[in-house]
Amino acid sequence: MSPLSALKPGQSATVQQVEGARPFRRRLLELGLLPGTEVRLVKVAPLGDPLELEVRGCRLSIRRTEAAAIGVDA
Amino acid sequence: MSLSVALVGNPNTGKSTLFNRLTGLRRRVGNYPGITVDLMEADIRLSDGRPATLVDLPGCYSLSAWSSEESVAIRYMLGMDDDGTPDLVVVCVDATQLLRNLYLVLQIQELGIPTVVALTMTDEAGSACPDPTLLSQRLGCPVVATVPRDGIGITELLQAVTDATRTEAAPRWRWTPSDRLRDALASIRTAAEDHWPNNPALHLWALSSVSEGDELQGIPAPIREAVLRIDDLPSLDDEIIQARYDWLDTQVGPLVGLNDARNFTDKVDRVVTHPVFGFAAFLAVMFLMFQSLFAWSDPAIGAIEDLFGLLGSGITAVLPAGLFQEFLVDGLISGVGAVLVFLPQILLLFFFIGLMEDSGYMARVAMLMDRIMRAMGLNGKAFVPMLSGFACAVPAILATRTMERKRDRLLTMMVVPLMTCSARLPVYTLVIGTLFLPTDKLGPFGVQGLLMVAMYLFGTAMALIVAWVLSKTVLRAPRVPLVLELPPYRLPRLPDVLRMMWSRTQTFLREAGTVIAVATIILWALLRFPTAPEITPDDTTGMLASTDVEQAMSLEELQAASQLENSFGGRFGHFIEPVIEPLGFDWKIGVGLVGSFAAREVFVSTMGVIYAIGDVDEESTALREKMRTEVHADGSKVWTPLTGLALMVFFALASQCLSTLAVVKKESGSWAWTGFLFTYMTVLAFVAAWMVRQGGLLLGFS
Repeated sequence: MSPLSALKPGQSATVQQVEGARPFRRRLLELGLLPGTEVRLVKVAPLGDPLELEVRGCRLSIRRTEAAAIGVDA
Repeated sequence: MSLSVALVGNPNTGKSTLFNRLTGLRRRVGNYPGITVDLMEADIRLSDGRPATLVDLPGCYSLSAWSSEESVAIRYMLGMDDDGTPDLVVVCVDATQLLRNLYLVLQIQELGIPTVVALTMTDEAGSACPDPTLLSQRLGCPVVATVPRDGIGITELLQAVTDATRTEAAPRWRWTPSDRLRDALASIRTAAEDHWPNNPALHLWALSSVSEGDELQGIPAPIREAVLRIDDLPSLDDEIIQARYDWLDTQVGPLVGLNDARNFTDKVDRVVTHPVFGFAAFLAVMFLMFQSLFAWSDPAIGAIEDLFGLLGSGITAVLPAGLFQEFLVDGLISGVGAVLVFLPQILLLFFFIGLMEDSGYMARVAMLMDRIMRAMGLNGKAFVPMLSGFACAVPAILATRTMERKRDRLLTMMVVPLMTCSARLPVYTLVIGTLFLPTDKLGPFGVQGLLMVAMYLFGTAMALIVAWVLSKTVLRAPRVPLVLELPPYRLPRLPDVLRMMWSRTQTFLREAGTVIAVATIILWALLRFPTAPEITPDDTTGMLASTDVEQAMSLEELQAASQLENSFGGRFGHFIEPVIEPLGFDWKIGVGLVGSFAAREVFVSTMGVIYAIGDVDEESTALREKMRTEVHADGSKVWTPLTGLALMVFFALASQCLSTLAVVKKESGSWAWTGFLFTYMTVLAFVAAWMVRQGGLLLGFS
């Protein structure tokens, strides 16, 4: 398992586990970022942070620090 | 009693458009005590003619609150603020994001509130759009396909709402809680017995929403304690959320087709969030916004000022001279005028914010700027309020409402007033134009222009520095993760943008406008009373010890100067003279500082009155001449370049704006923070101006 933040732009992977502060974690899960879901790192913002993700056809932006707490399998 | 119908939905689902379609122009700001966000509501007629009240709730992704706007929607649906839940909920469901949107529908059905699903963006979803009849069967509630932008499906939706009001809905759970979750809910039920109706969905809501350090209000302490006693809440979160999505994936998932609506957005995003072109596009948008805030609003502001000037002189001509006439003209009319001059910039600002929000660009701006704003303890969403501060702090502070956390809003509100607003410009123009010559050069650049740019940079830098300091001290808080949805780009619909602009402006007029008007009248009274003795041609020398008689244009202007000097405000100017003397300011500048509390640009006209020149603006040659020759008691010049610099630094930092303070009080709901803002800005302004003055003296300037 590797952190989501380690994906390269354009690369997809399957979510294994989501860690983080409870309200944040809950929000990500509710937006559909559940274990077993496919996630794609769409791109990185021009200044290197935050990241743009695609989950279930929806685009989300979260920061690198929080993305590091999400484990994925390529 | 008329039926209450709530309109809810995820953000960016066309909910406001649907509300506009359902209500037309009949709308008002609802009166909900304890709610800080304005809720729009409207009386509508159902298909059978019965009246109903439709409330437009802020967008929310789920019933577990994350932003303050979201919690408003949730409190309303749970009936936490007044008497019960809405009779019916219409959920806006974006057909292109079906499962995520239906998650909210499931939560509402668990509560047992009758639900109607309005499927929006059905045109955009194309082949991905599910069949409404099938979806309705699976969900067990009416589903109506609509395209709100084109007005399609609105009649059908209203019919479905009408039918649904005649049916009862029971709480509907699609999943079976584990034993551990059952025990947890039971412990909450025991704690909630005396406080809440016995609805398991409410207990589930408490379990999902209460956590250490949340900002939820109105949750009875026993319930809160019961939730926090439960072990391993995150694993319960997993169970609940996973169970709902499992149901959606198996029951609704097969109804969803494939969708390629993202292509357009991806193409646009390749430019808009590109490392180079992205910033170029961003700068271009910001430039356009700025340009319009300054240039386009100028004729309108001028027209409003002229109109109120005409109104004033009309009344002066009609009514006999006297206190009542003065009150009307200088107090009341200029008070109302002081509010209305803000309108052009506020309307334009909200127009641009509306365009940026509805097109989907705002989310990209927040993403683009997050890195920079984060260094200051803020997040990307603070960028637009900060930028708006260049026009006027009042709408800028209103623009902080889009931010999730109270602390982030507060931090932004505390620094926005340091941005160089347009009211500082006349003061800078007067000082720079008076004390520096167009021919003064520093290298190839004119000193006048350089100083102006320097003042803008100074204000911005101070705002960023103060934000950083506050985020490390009084407003220190754990960094909140950013979760930002990047919706697809959509063409904004002009009527929606205009309505949003107008409803936000109404809020400004109601909340800030009244305070600004009253404050202006009070300030007028402070500068008008007590009445100075009448000056006769014989005693012009005796009456005005400190006003230069020979410079005065006429007896009337001399009288005005004497009046100002004798007023409470004038006396206050004298009173603070020892305090501002180290800054190089005399009591006349002190009176100007008092006057500028109504609005900073009033400094200019106050100086005109106190120097017995009459009604002037910042370009006035007479005022500039007078300032260049004005001397202290010891014969030294008052207005040296050093004084001017100290004054500009003071204006850049001081909290001289009652309107700003009024809006901060309203938006923060706290006198303490309003007092803090005033105090820190005033102290900062004083210290900085003092440093400029004393530093300049040390360097040999005078």
